Amino acid sequence: MDAQLKRGLLDSCVLAAIRNQDSYGYQIIKDLKPYTEMSESTLYTILKRLESSGMLTVRSAEHNGRLRKYYRITDGGLDRLREFREEWNEISAIAQFIIRECENDDKAGIS
Amino acid sequence: MTKQEFLDRLRRSLAGIPGEDAEERLSFYDEMIDDRMEEGLSEEEAVASLGTPEQIRDQVLADIPLARLVRERVKPQRSLRAWEIVLLVLGFPVWFPILVSLCAVAFSVYVVLWSVIVSLYAVDLALAVCAAGGIALAVRAFLQGNAAQAAAFAGASLLCAGLAVLLFLGCVQATKGAVVLTKKIGKWVKSLFVRKGDHT
Repeated sequence: MDAQLKRGLLDSCVLAAIRNQDSYGYQIIKDLKPYTEMSESTLYTILKRLESSGMLTVRSAEHNGRLRKYYRITDGGLDRLREFREEWNEISAIAQFIIRECENDDKAGIS
Repeated sequence: MTKQEFLDRLRRSLAGIPGEDAEERLSFYDEMIDDRMEEGLSEEEAVASLGTPEQIRDQVLADIPLARLVRERVKPQRSLRAWEIVLLVLGFPVWFPILVSLCAVAFSVYVVLWSVIVSLYAVDLALAVCAAGGIALAVRAFLQGNAAQAAAFAGASLLCAGLAVLLFLGCVQATKGAVVLTKKIGKWVKSLFVRKGDHT
């Protein structure tokens, strides 16, 4: 997949995973598993990026005698998700156009 | 592999990667392993599910923009030591003339390059003049009734004209090449002094 597009998509994915309640690394990976296999290093990079751009905040909380980092979405992150939904209408229209054109080709026997 | 072995190996793998807070990443993997073990995986399985430290390093490197990687690598790893500064100052009478000479030599080479191009144009102009002169001589010989001489002059003139056209094409290419080279040198000199903005 185009790197730029995928990056935007995965950023929004992680934001969506913490949208309704704070979450931690492993939980995010498990929540996203049905949709995308995200490796730990990818998730780490995305979380760092989202944190430095103010889309989420991090806090450490005690869990079973150790510290675990919890991620909470900020207003900036919520805005980003709202933007994503608006952009998505456009992207999905383009995707439908691409798929439709490819199908036309297949039917006409041009590949 | 135990968690501690994994984290130690990862720490070594990540050493030297620019802009990387290794400890923060290590604590992230630490937490990941603990969370997996809490879910019932053995330590061995939890570690194995993360991939090898080398794979993680490769992925970390892949995520860093190339421009930044190159820039950070080129950066000197340490600042100058005191004795190096003293040497630099004391050595000024020696290295400064050498530096100036090197710059002068580089400049001369560059001037020579353009001189060659100018000479090529001069030769080309001479050929064109010969072609025109040849035609005039041919016409004169023809009017004087000397057909053989007229033909010889006309032939020589055409030869000169042909060479002039070919050489002109060569001249244009050479000029273009020199201009491209000049731009490249300019960019390179600029890059010595200016660092590009951060891409992160």
